[in-house]
Amino acid sequence: MSTEQSADAVEFYVRSEQHDGEEHHHETGTMLGFWVYLMSDCLIFGSLFAVYAVLGQNYAAGPSPADLFEIEMILVSTFMLLFSSITYGFSVLRMEKGDLKGMQLWLIVTGLFGLAFLGLEVKEFTHLWHLGATPMASAFLSSFYALVGTHGLHVTVGCIWLVVLMTQLQLHGITPENKRRVLCLSMFWHFLDLIWIGVFSFVYLAGVLV
Amino acid sequence: MAGAHLSEGVDYSRWDPIFGKLGWDVFPFQEPVVLVTFIAVVLGGLAVLGILTYFRVWRYLWSEWFTSIDHKKIGIMYMVLALVMLLRGFADALLMRIQQAWTASGGAGYLEPHHYDQIFTAHGMIMIFFVAMPFITGLMNFVMPLQIGARDVAFPFLNNFSFWLTTSGAVLVMISLFVGEFATTGWLAYPPLSGIQFSPSVGVDYYIWALQIAGIGTTLSGINLVVTLVKMRAPGMDYMKMPIFCWTALCTNILIVATFPILTATLVLLSLDRYLGTHFFTNDLGGNPMMYVNLIWIWGHPEVYILTLPVFGVYSEIVATFCGKRLFGYTSMVYATLVITILSYLVWLHHFFTMGAGADVNSFFGITTMVISIPTGAKLFNWLFTLYKGRIRFELPMMWTIAFMLTFVIGGMTGVLLAVPPADYVLHNSLFLVAHFHNVIIGGVVFGVFAAMSYWFPKAFGFTLEPFWGKVSFWCWVVGFYLAFMPLYVLGLMGVTRRLSQFEDTFYSGYFITALLGALLIAAGIGAFLIQLFVSIRNKDALRDTTGDPWGGRTLEWSTSSPPPYYNFAFTPKVHQIDAWWHMKSAGYERPTENFEPIHMPRYTATGIIMAGIITVMGFALIWHIWWLALVTLIVTVAYAIDHTFNYNRDYYVQADEVAKIEGGRSQLLIAGAKES
Repeated sequence: MSTEQSADAVEFYVRSEQHDGEEHHHETGTMLGFWVYLMSDCLIFGSLFAVYAVLGQNYAAGPSPADLFEIEMILVSTFMLLFSSITYGFSVLRMEKGDLKGMQLWLIVTGLFGLAFLGLEVKEFTHLWHLGATPMASAFLSSFYALVGTHGLHVTVGCIWLVVLMTQLQLHGITPENKRRVLCLSMFWHFLDLIWIGVFSFVYLAGVLV
Repeated sequence: MAGAHLSEGVDYSRWDPIFGKLGWDVFPFQEPVVLVTFIAVVLGGLAVLGILTYFRVWRYLWSEWFTSIDHKKIGIMYMVLALVMLLRGFADALLMRIQQAWTASGGAGYLEPHHYDQIFTAHGMIMIFFVAMPFITGLMNFVMPLQIGARDVAFPFLNNFSFWLTTSGAVLVMISLFVGEFATTGWLAYPPLSGIQFSPSVGVDYYIWALQIAGIGTTLSGINLVVTLVKMRAPGMDYMKMPIFCWTALCTNILIVATFPILTATLVLLSLDRYLGTHFFTNDLGGNPMMYVNLIWIWGHPEVYILTLPVFGVYSEIVATFCGKRLFGYTSMVYATLVITILSYLVWLHHFFTMGAGADVNSFFGITTMVISIPTGAKLFNWLFTLYKGRIRFELPMMWTIAFMLTFVIGGMTGVLLAVPPADYVLHNSLFLVAHFHNVIIGGVVFGVFAAMSYWFPKAFGFTLEPFWGKVSFWCWVVGFYLAFMPLYVLGLMGVTRRLSQFEDTFYSGYFITALLGALLIAAGIGAFLIQLFVSIRNKDALRDTTGDPWGGRTLEWSTSSPPPYYNFAFTPKVHQIDAWWHMKSAGYERPTENFEPIHMPRYTATGIIMAGIITVMGFALIWHIWWLALVTLIVTVAYAIDHTFNYNRDYYVQADEVAKIEGGRSQLLIAGAKES
């Protein structure tokens, strides 16, 4: 038992703290915290997927997925989002090289892909709305709009964040704090990509196949 | 006490572009009961504000408390919020007990059904979200970082913001008392009753937004505390050397992160049904109300364990301290906690066995529910074996712990009874159920919170609580609890259903009057607790804790001064064993008095309280359909949050000579204390 050791053999406190070490400590805390947040967000999507799974076939004598979804357009917007993840990755690679200009360039490309995705989504929603397929028309459409719309809202937030981050990069350059923020947004962006793959397969593909 | 009046009087279908659904008739001018309460609250509020202004404490409160990101102060503010809301929630309980005793004895009662429905809804919702939750979060905030040897939580600003979001929700519920009305749906607001068709008033909207805002605060705080526990433990403190309270806090916060998002999503869907006319939970066009009931309980059942796990941790700490020995079965305690955490996710359906899921589904959930009693039983045996051959000191925290062990076992057994689906078909929705969950929540959570308050009060404020009035409060609470709830078990077995405001039959009179007496005794217990606070503050010099370790504690929070300096520890502790402080004491640890170093600390900020204030206005605007205001506050909130991210200057160093000065003060206090004794 270590209780039997003499007092001078056991250190009970840290005599000297490495301040830069502590700094590093906090960084990893933020990344973990953001990751935990993403998992909580994942549960929001999980709930919406569950709702779609339960209510998604309640058409209430209204249109069904096969009547509504234009899978080709959805495929195009899917690729917009997938490409945006790749270009974000390129930006992070530039950041690791310390190349601010290249980094910002790739971030702008990422943002444009994100906006293209959102534009296509808005176009799809207005089209459906004109067909009378509104969220109020049936439980299927309610849960469809809730799931896809929540994802779209996240992408919108991601785009706003991207603009804010580019301003901050312009102001302060590639500092440890900005690096951390870029990596957080990177996780957020890839996470939304992953969710979209779920939406694409589970809602759109399964919808037109059945 | 929710705004009783005029769901008939107010036309909630009207709408004005400037004022939304607001109008003069939403204030309770024609309802005497509510009007008197309203005037009393306004006068009382003005008196408090006047006193605060007279003693010029506003600046102090703002700069030292409201904008503080010190986890200890935030923890204390959570506790204060919970105590204030306890008074409100308990007032609702008394109103119901009086009404039921009155009408069960042949009287007409004094509450019309519409008012009564608001009271039981508000009571349940307030007690869970704005009493039990802030108590638990406050305790974890105050104690956990001290126990792991940290200087603050992982995200100090976020912590302050979470607290103010919780307060924001509480403010909205309180506003519902006098502006409009509260929900009449019961505390979980099942649709279709909570849908726009059957609840056209603003009551459910108050419910939704209060819960939504507070719930997001809770999620953020959960993330914060998980990261704190994972990343900020003192060097040497492996997971299996953490105090049990930290283990339970870890499991609870994991549960918070894993369940509160489901609540958020569910409430959003209910809002969409009410605000846009979608069909998630409606009876028509393919909606499915059972979907809501499932989702809300997938959050709701783990919520029960979110409340009870940390108090299990509290009891573990107290039992070990007041028996003067290491907790029996530390490892099994940890595994029991983990098993409960996982199982709590697999039992939600036992809340609606009667809704026709079928025998196979019901048996699965019945069995998982019964299985939960095994790890819980293991915990009880661990506490019992810690008592065995311990030198038990019957101080107040220990008394609460013993009362818990006796009371909680009864609640646990009635719970296992309810878990048997055929029995549940008889007892579902009866007062037996009401007695059961009050038995576990009062006997478990409330007793635990009182135990924790008397245990850690000296750490928070530097003086112990005066024991006499604490013991008066203890006996009133415990006896009052049994008087109030044992009759409900009997009534439930006889078939009396819950949420009734009128009774035709006077047969039950004696039971309801006994229950009312119990509630009055509990009221006396709350009063005695307030007197205890008052008396202790008056005698604080005589009750001062100079040592920082008034109970002979075992964990790191007792190694620093009472109250701790804002940086908690001048030097970060190094941990070698479970019960680190006990180890330090027994190995002849000497407190360092020189060679101090600068300490890295976060700055205070007003962003949290201001942003939560704007969000409260947004909630109010959404409740009353004041769209322009909702839009403006939304834009301001987003802009303000973005603006906050442009502030890169968030921390500073406490200089070594200031640390030396504060630690020197403690040395003198220790010497003075040693001389006195």
